[in-house]
Amino acid sequence: MESKSRINFPALYFVLPFMLVYFIFQIFPLFQAVIASLFKWDLLTSSMSFIGFENYIYMFQDPTFWSSLMNTIQFVIYSTPLLVGVGLLFALLLNGTGSKKVLFRTAYFAPYVFSVSIVTLIWGFMFNPQKGLLGEFARIIGEKPLNWLTDPTFAMPAIIIATLWWTVGFNMVLLLAGLQDIDPSLYESSSLDGTSWFQDLLYITLPSLKRTLGLVTILQVIMSFQIFGQVYILTKGGPGGTTRVLIQYIYETGFRDHELGYASAMAFILFLVMAVVSFFQFKLSKEEN
Amino acid sequence: MKAKNVVITILLTVLAVIWILPIYWMIIMAITPNDLLKLNSTALLPQGITLQNFIGVLKIGLTIRWFLNSLIVTILGTALTLVLQSMAAYAFAKMRFKGRQLLFSLTLAGLMVPKEAMFIPLFLMFAQISGHNTYAALYLPRVAIPMGVFIMSQFFRGIPDSVTEAAQIDGASPLRTFFKIIMPMSIPALTSVGIFTYILTWNDYLWPLVSATRKEMFTITTGLASLQGNFAQATELGSLMARGVVAGLPLFILFLIFQRHLIRGISMSSGGKY
Repeated sequence: MESKSRINFPALYFVLPFMLVYFIFQIFPLFQAVIASLFKWDLLTSSMSFIGFENYIYMFQDPTFWSSLMNTIQFVIYSTPLLVGVGLLFALLLNGTGSKKVLFRTAYFAPYVFSVSIVTLIWGFMFNPQKGLLGEFARIIGEKPLNWLTDPTFAMPAIIIATLWWTVGFNMVLLLAGLQDIDPSLYESSSLDGTSWFQDLLYITLPSLKRTLGLVTILQVIMSFQIFGQVYILTKGGPGGTTRVLIQYIYETGFRDHELGYASAMAFILFLVMAVVSFFQFKLSKEEN
Repeated sequence: MKAKNVVITILLTVLAVIWILPIYWMIIMAITPNDLLKLNSTALLPQGITLQNFIGVLKIGLTIRWFLNSLIVTILGTALTLVLQSMAAYAFAKMRFKGRQLLFSLTLAGLMVPKEAMFIPLFLMFAQISGHNTYAALYLPRVAIPMGVFIMSQFFRGIPDSVTEAAQIDGASPLRTFFKIIMPMSIPALTSVGIFTYILTWNDYLWPLVSATRKEMFTITTGLASLQGNFAQATELGSLMARGVVAGLPLFILFLIFQRHLIRGISMSSGGKY
């Protein structure tokens, strides 16, 4: 090691290029959002006037904000246990080696690599009562096909089904990695005692998987909270606003109603909620490392 | 015991069929003539095979343009992410300098910023410099997401100091050491970060929707979405599905080739071990 100054200089040009991009596109926009949220800011006329916390006060009285928030929370509450639970089921059944297991894992994970617009292309027609496979299946078993996407009762479940199909493989992969970290000797001692597969699951597998399960659940909450594309393309938030979610309302406020200040205020609130959730993820992922 | 395994295998097979069937159906429709699909779109075996739908993708509409846009944006974005983020990660993992801990913590904190909450300020920023409807606007915000720094710094920490010290004694500059010795050693980890970044960038939806508003600047992801609201297109199911296949195929092939790397990248990114 030579003198300190000669080592500092290279470090600077290793770090600087990324830091520049990072501060401009990740940190600075955060401050800009806070500032913009204090203005009445029209996208079309670019007129700005300082209104203090009025956007935030308006937000709490805006029924569309509340319904969008509640729809988002509803999606989070229903989709998270489903996506984590099915992911866990797949991971438990497919843990280990063997070409058959690898093939199944590939099948369940495959949809994850598609973009949201491919998922909506496929599922938009899957749910179509005349043209889709679900409608055809209903006819085969002698039922009337459901109007999945236009019926307020079924629109949100339809979004959840499409999302489950699309992203459950992601959770499966994380949980499989968690399962592989479990010390095999734990099972050896239990097989001597003649315990059943279910007892192993309950007393060895699940307790050992606790950290991974926590991580996957928090990650899923974060991702579910940011739902947008599936809803925006499949239902446009309909029927009757029953599937309108928060990001969609922020997007529409900004780019349909041209109210950037108000949209920024809502985005900042979303950021705060997400930051709190992410903080727990960060804590959990630092644990035991 | 044997019976239980058979039941599980049957269950897994049924589920796998359910998972693959929608993709299979899209492909079947993509190779079926449009007029046959008007009569029946739920046949699981092709009623007639045509390549007309794919020829249409080349000739009609902007799909190929969108595809190329996605390719340019994704390749540039991924390359920049790999170079800039692993350089920063290397400095954080292997160099001693003032403010290292502070900068690294600040970078990790960026992982907590939800990408989808930032599009309004980002939009304002690019609007101020008239930067929308450019490739740079599409990939630069993606390069700023510090996931790769997080993963690569974990990886670089595992490289023994003796490697860099040996290079230094031989008189190699830090940059030379990094590009000639460290980077080649890190190809597995770089592949994981690269393939994961590639997929996420290719599939970006909200930001391109906001930033690239001129039809010629759509990515394949936003372009394909724009076709789905269009009823005229929806009556030509085969043509529409062929566009879906074109949009999905490159990623599907990449996935099949780099499956292992992608899966490793995912588990590293969540803070899991690798």
